[in-house]
Amino acid sequence: MSLTDFLSMGGYAKYIWPVYGICAVVLFLNIALPIFRERKVIRELQKRLQSEESKT
Amino acid sequence: MNEYLNIFFVILRRDLTLAFRNKSEFINPLMFFVIIIILFPLAFGSDSALLKQLTSGIIWISALLATCLSLEAIFRSDFEDGSIEQLTLARYPLTLLVSAKVTAHWLTFGLPLIIVALLTGLVLSVPSQTMLALLITLLLGTPVLSLIGAITVALTIGLRGGMLLSLLILPLYMPVLIFSMLAVQNATVGQSIAAEIYFLSGILVLAITLAPITTAAALRIRLS
Amino acid sequence: MSLYKKCHRWFHQFASPKYFYDISHIISKYAIVVCIICFIAGLYGGLILAPADYQQGDSFRIMYVHVPAAWMALFVYVVMAVAGGIGLIWHIKLAEIVARNSAPIGASFTFLALVSGAIWGKPMWGAYWVWDARLTSFLILFFLYLGYIALQSAFEDRRVAARAGAILALVGIVNIPIIHYSVEWWSTLHQGSIISQIDKPTVHMSMLIPLIFMVLAFKTFYVTSLLIRVRTEILEYESNTSWVKQLLRDYKNVTN
Repeated sequence: MSLTDFLSMGGYAKYIWPVYGICAVVLFLNIALPIFRERKVIRELQKRLQSEESKT
Repeated sequence: MNEYLNIFFVILRRDLTLAFRNKSEFINPLMFFVIIIILFPLAFGSDSALLKQLTSGIIWISALLATCLSLEAIFRSDFEDGSIEQLTLARYPLTLLVSAKVTAHWLTFGLPLIIVALLTGLVLSVPSQTMLALLITLLLGTPVLSLIGAITVALTIGLRGGMLLSLLILPLYMPVLIFSMLAVQNATVGQSIAAEIYFLSGILVLAITLAPITTAAALRIRLS
Repeated sequence: MSLYKKCHRWFHQFASPKYFYDISHIISKYAIVVCIICFIAGLYGGLILAPADYQQGDSFRIMYVHVPAAWMALFVYVVMAVAGGIGLIWHIKLAEIVARNSAPIGASFTFLALVSGAIWGKPMWGAYWVWDARLTSFLILFFLYLGYIALQSAFEDRRVAARAGAILALVGIVNIPIIHYSVEWWSTLHQGSIISQIDKPTVHMSMLIPLIFMVLAFKTFYVTSLLIRVRTEILEYESNTSWVKQLLRDYKNVTN
């Protein structure tokens, strides 16, 4: 099977690839956004901790 | 047991008195109900065959929307003047008090709505067997609307915006709408509506059993 | 020590934020590995190895996204309701956090199931949207998720939000079967001839095995995404405890 055969998906390419594309985007966002948020929260908490410790 | 019944009727009488004293709160949802029904002939033309087919559906959808608007009244005044906190502190089960309040809501909203629906049905010349099915489904359905509605009102009361309430409640109302409309359609073509009626009764029994308990739990959470 | 006591102790240990925080790192490490392997195996099997369906041609390959997403959409709602119920009854903070953080993931899965179902419908039925029972009840499920998320964001206090959300999720879980059957009944009466083929593909082993891999991949994906969110929220909740402070110092040493 050639690559073009694979990409054309027996004529259903315009239905199949958008589904897999949307799936990839949604799954990626569900991992990336929480990771960003985790980092942001850790950074903020560290900053708060630092200012607390410098006061005492 | 007697004492509990007494308390139930005391709360019921109190809420009914309050509702009749504040007439706008009692009449406005009904006016809204009628106005939505009027919108449909204006949109589709007064005489069309389409409209005749849609009439009972229009009445049901208007009832759902009007319920969304009227629901807040169940707890709003009690929430604003703080008497709801007194009720949670009372030595009677909150479930009982909640059931009384929901009953009061149905008596001041559901029952008049059924009467108004009957009148509109007559004015719009809905055939009698359809009308009968419509009345039965409304009779079984509107208490469910009040009961499930009470849960969501207890969860959202005092939060900003009334949109949230409608957003939460309409998906939960869909089964009632579906079964009612199936019954009405069956009645229109002269088929038996027993199956749908059984389902609606089942939902009603489930709602009567579980909804007051859930509403009481929701109120406790909101007031903790 | 009796088995009951052992379970009891394990349960409480597991529900303690610090223990869970530590163990979640280990769990998510394995989950990521399993997830990636299953995705590769599932996609390779589903897109390349599996032969085209004799009725639907290659369009059945949408199933490998649609079916796992639909299963997970329901599964996550059940998790949300059960965790919410546990939080409500035993006041376990961890359960509340799990319930709340499941919602956006579950909503994403529902969205995926809807979109893939609609796109699948185009070659099958000739229209993106038909009022098919399954699609309609998933649309309602999507609104249940959105309602839950909206309710969560309406509260200032997260604990009140979690408990209010738990009630809503429990009401929803009682309603889901009723919604499902009412919609099914409604759609068979209304369209009769259109029988949903989405959920009844003619399954051959070479089609089924990739599907199982994809289901596993979605499940472990859910675990991974959930654990990241839960960890973040544990840190926020417990930010004043000594173990979190020590942890933050350690992270600082690593990053510097």
